Amino acid sequence: MIGVEHYLVVGAILFVLGVLGIFLNRKNVIVILMAVELILLAVNINLVAFSAFMGDLVGQVFAMLVLTVAAAEAAIGLAILVIYFRGRGTIAVDDVNRMKG
Amino acid sequence: MIQAIAFYLFAGLVIASAVMVIMSRNPVHSVLWLILAFFNAAGLMVLVGAEFIAMLLVIVYVGAVAVLFLFVVMMLDIDFAAMRAGFIKNFPLGIAIALILLAELLLGVGAYNAGGLELGTPDGAAAQGIGQSNIEAIGGLLYGRYILLFEIAGIILLVAMIGAIVLTFQPPKPGARGRQDVGKQIARRLHEATVMKNPEVGQGVEL
Repeated sequence: MIGVEHYLVVGAILFVLGVLGIFLNRKNVIVILMAVELILLAVNINLVAFSAFMGDLVGQVFAMLVLTVAAAEAAIGLAILVIYFRGRGTIAVDDVNRMKG
Repeated sequence: MIQAIAFYLFAGLVIASAVMVIMSRNPVHSVLWLILAFFNAAGLMVLVGAEFIAMLLVIVYVGAVAVLFLFVVMMLDIDFAAMRAGFIKNFPLGIAIALILLAELLLGVGAYNAGGLELGTPDGAAAQGIGQSNIEAIGGLLYGRYILLFEIAGIILLVAMIGAIVLTFQPPKPGARGRQDVGKQIARRLHEATVMKNPEVGQGVEL
């Protein structure tokens, strides 16, 4: 029978794949943002699995908040990417040192 | 039985498409694999009875976020081959760190499975009632006990929307061709814009 551990393993693998994606595509910000989405998806799977198997819906309410934050993060990240590309003509992240604060 | 088959199908597909997201050469393909991953994750959540979050995942991610990614990938003219320069070089280190992280996480799952961990018990205030649908129960929670969380989510989305607009907005150049002059349009009156003519038959109108 499928238990909470199965879902936790899927979430763990997905999380690790997201981290690996950040490592492998260090130059490509778009793929890095997608890897961050994968990480947040793994978190959501864990939250929903615990919520369902423990019979407490708060986990699903919190998963909704994570979803909101992920959508906001994607919108802001892509907006920053667009203005960065407009100024530089490239999206290589390894020389983002113009934003000296 | 059928539940186990569906679980392994969805889980295998979500992991395979996550691998394709990070490995694919073309970011457009990455976005499409990401969409497949989200669909299968939604399937996993439906299996466990969380229909509302599953549908939200499909609507928000597939309908909004993935399309946003697709727009940006296609709008920017980027040399993606040059982007993959460090791919091979970073591979061994990345795999090593990923394996260590995975081992740690699985150790945590194993520890939880062994029963040595006490996670606390739900207080029952947020349990799904018998015969109550998932969306009904979540709606009751969202508009009741967790109304503050719900409104904070709305504020976060509002701030993100304003932020994205402010970041990417380019003010129009004054005097550019084709720009509307709103003041001029509003100041226009009926008697300057129209004229009454009563031409003779066959004469035509001089404008």
